[in-house]
Amino acid sequence: MSEFYLDILILLDSTLRLATPLVLAALAGLYAERSGIVDIGLEGKMLGSAFAAAAAAAVTGSAWLGLLTGIGASVVLALLHGWVSIHQRGNQIVSGTAINITVAGLAPTLANHWFHLNGQTPLLDGPARFQVITWPWVETIGAVPVIGPLYAEVISGHSAITYLALFTVPLAAWVLYRTRFGLRLRAAGENPEAVDTAGISVYALRYKAMIINGVLCGIAGASLSTALGAAFVRDMSAGKGFLALAAMIFGNWKPVPTLMACLLFGFVDALQGRLQGVDLPLIGEIPFQFTIMLPYIFTVVILAGFVGRIQAPRASGIPYEKE
Amino acid sequence: MPPALDVDGASMDSPDAGTSASAFAIEAIGLEKSFGPVRANAGVNLALRAGSVHAIIGENGAGKSTLMNMLYGLYRPDAGEIRVFGETRHFGSPHDAHEAGIGMVHQHFMLVEDFTLLENAMLGFEGGALLAPQKIAATARLKELAAQYGLDVPMDTKVGDLPVGLQQRVEILKTLFRGAEILILDEPTGVLMPQESEQLFQIIDALREQGKTILFISHKLPEIMRIADNVTVMRQGRAVAERVVADTSEAELAELIVGGKVAREAARSGAASPTEILRLESVSLAKKKDAKETLSDISFSLHQGEILGIAGVAGNGQSELLEVITGMRRPTTGRIIFEGEVVADANRYADARELRALGLGHVAEDRLRNGAVAVMSAEDNAILGYHGSARYARKGILDRAAIKSDCAALIRDNDVRPPLPGLAFGKFSGGNQQKIVIGRELLHSPRLLIVGQPTRGVDIGAVTRIHDQLITMRNEGRAVLVVSSDLDELMAIADRILVICEGRIVGEVAAEEANERNLGLMMAGRRLEDVADGPGAGNGC
Repeated sequence: MSEFYLDILILLDSTLRLATPLVLAALAGLYAERSGIVDIGLEGKMLGSAFAAAAAAAVTGSAWLGLLTGIGASVVLALLHGWVSIHQRGNQIVSGTAINITVAGLAPTLANHWFHLNGQTPLLDGPARFQVITWPWVETIGAVPVIGPLYAEVISGHSAITYLALFTVPLAAWVLYRTRFGLRLRAAGENPEAVDTAGISVYALRYKAMIINGVLCGIAGASLSTALGAAFVRDMSAGKGFLALAAMIFGNWKPVPTLMACLLFGFVDALQGRLQGVDLPLIGEIPFQFTIMLPYIFTVVILAGFVGRIQAPRASGIPYEKE
Repeated sequence: MPPALDVDGASMDSPDAGTSASAFAIEAIGLEKSFGPVRANAGVNLALRAGSVHAIIGENGAGKSTLMNMLYGLYRPDAGEIRVFGETRHFGSPHDAHEAGIGMVHQHFMLVEDFTLLENAMLGFEGGALLAPQKIAATARLKELAAQYGLDVPMDTKVGDLPVGLQQRVEILKTLFRGAEILILDEPTGVLMPQESEQLFQIIDALREQGKTILFISHKLPEIMRIADNVTVMRQGRAVAERVVADTSEAELAELIVGGKVAREAARSGAASPTEILRLESVSLAKKKDAKETLSDISFSLHQGEILGIAGVAGNGQSELLEVITGMRRPTTGRIIFEGEVVADANRYADARELRALGLGHVAEDRLRNGAVAVMSAEDNAILGYHGSARYARKGILDRAAIKSDCAALIRDNDVRPPLPGLAFGKFSGGNQQKIVIGRELLHSPRLLIVGQPTRGVDIGAVTRIHDQLITMRNEGRAVLVVSSDLDELMAIADRILVICEGRIVGEVAAEEANERNLGLMMAGRRLEDVADGPGAGNGC
């Protein structure tokens, strides 16, 4: 029993860790789409930030400087997407895809040019990487039955970025529903003409949303290479940007349901990690090629099964043109 | 300056001639606006007396919308001056217009469907960075405004879930909440049912009584006679006349709008021939077996050289009747005979393409849904439904030259404006869209033309032209079936009028005997006998 409980706790611990980049990227997508800009470039921005953060952390030896660099790179990409979508009224899917493809090629090329490590960045260690934060009195509280291990295994022992990610969810809900900015942002994604005729600039709102989008994607990317991992590796985002997009859709463009969707995806990811090499009764050992597919198959099933009930912001993806 | 005629002296003295500035809510002096080579407004003058309802009327493209958008700050005038309560204003955006006390209710509502009334009203006028502290005061203010002007709207429902009439109230409340003293209403009744329109007029009356100034844009003459104090007529980018409503008539305004007498050229001449062209025998339609019938036991005949009208309150089976006759649906029972040939019975039916080949043309009542493709060019739409004919296609390859020449002829003969075959269908005004669709059907000389709502969304000049075309067809010995919700239209062009109610034909009246009373009573479900005897027991439709 207690071993099973511990198994569950370890699974939950991995869930939080794996959900971190998803939550951040999904919220990034949420801000963009709520303002009316479809963003399938989450993947590219995460990857760009993962590279920039790992490179800067390797050179400066500081994870925090790495994070700032990653955010900077991601914001630049977000503003590029914003400029194409807002001022140039370009096709937002094409722009997002272009960012994904460009970064996938550019990041390993630059890594190779600077570090000569086959498209990777040097391994990070010590202060160049976000270390796990152990909460106070883990030893004492950990000894308490049931609650103790929960505190020690699940709540304590994550990097600063994971706690930050969890904090951004209530923050996003507060911003969207309780502030003037949020009201205007939601209106811009639903009916930008109503915003314009109220005398508010739709363009400015959408650029602001893209800056927030860039910052969040930047943090998500940095978490991949400087917190969860310890270096930039080619294609390390591995579709997480698209999983985040799916979580945002599944979460109906709302912060808390989006968090839940991210946790669900994180849980399936953690589960597949646990299943690798495990001998299951009746089935036997599942080849890892199959277990690793689980989160993606799960995404397809979830989206196919629930896609009917959701309502995207009505104006998302449509460039706003003043008549 | 417009020829200011028949107006009591003070109001139409030149606005800049030193009259009391506060008498006018808005003065527009010599407003000019061009889009490329098109002069949308060519020196428009307008003076709105404070506390009055001032109507602007004109055909599509006369420059009404351009003028509104300049008064509301969406467009900047190329030249001219706007004064609000005597003060010269330069609007850079709608926000500036709000500040000057001008609010606008657009034809297409500027509402966020996902928001409540409160959120819609507060958007852009939140009063602070956080919403919660402002919501209480805003709610109180909205309730107060609603009570003051009789604008009942549920406060906590998302506006997207409200019916159109209530959404319009939300728009008006929003405008008042933002401090408007002058309200511009752009074609406000276009989306409303007749009863809702009357409620709107009562709201407008209340607004006027309490000192608000209303600028009311419409192309419906009876409405203007009902609600406005003054009316300005626009034509070709100019304000060509201003009248006091009490001193004018619908006929005079109609003439001013089109710039000449509205004369019907064609008149029905000669009696219908006895030769039958279309006969329906006990046609019924039900969604499923044993389900409620949307059409029950419909029988009638239509003869060569005749226009047959179908009248009824919308939703009583007219649309289904059109679908059954034009080969879009199969009747559940009964048969349809076109030129002696059974084209539809319970077992098989000729589809729209076969019927077209037999000489049955169809002008669909909802042209954007069934009559044309909005994003395709006028040229492509001019052959839709006939695109497979030998005239336009050989072995599936379109003959562009033939299409081009036919479309050019269509545009010329029907006076389609602008005369651009490459322009997307949806970019034409409603009247010109209808000209293209009717022109397309007439190009193929149908023996019978089925027309649903021939002049819905069509402006006055084009209405006459369309009526003339239908009457000409009739006089040539062909036949027309017209379904319309406009009784005046049916009485003007039809030889006979059938009235449909709850899917049944409840009566038939010859054109000479038709009037709004007997048609109206039958539309409400009373039998012809009852109508003739005066008010009798109706079965309620």
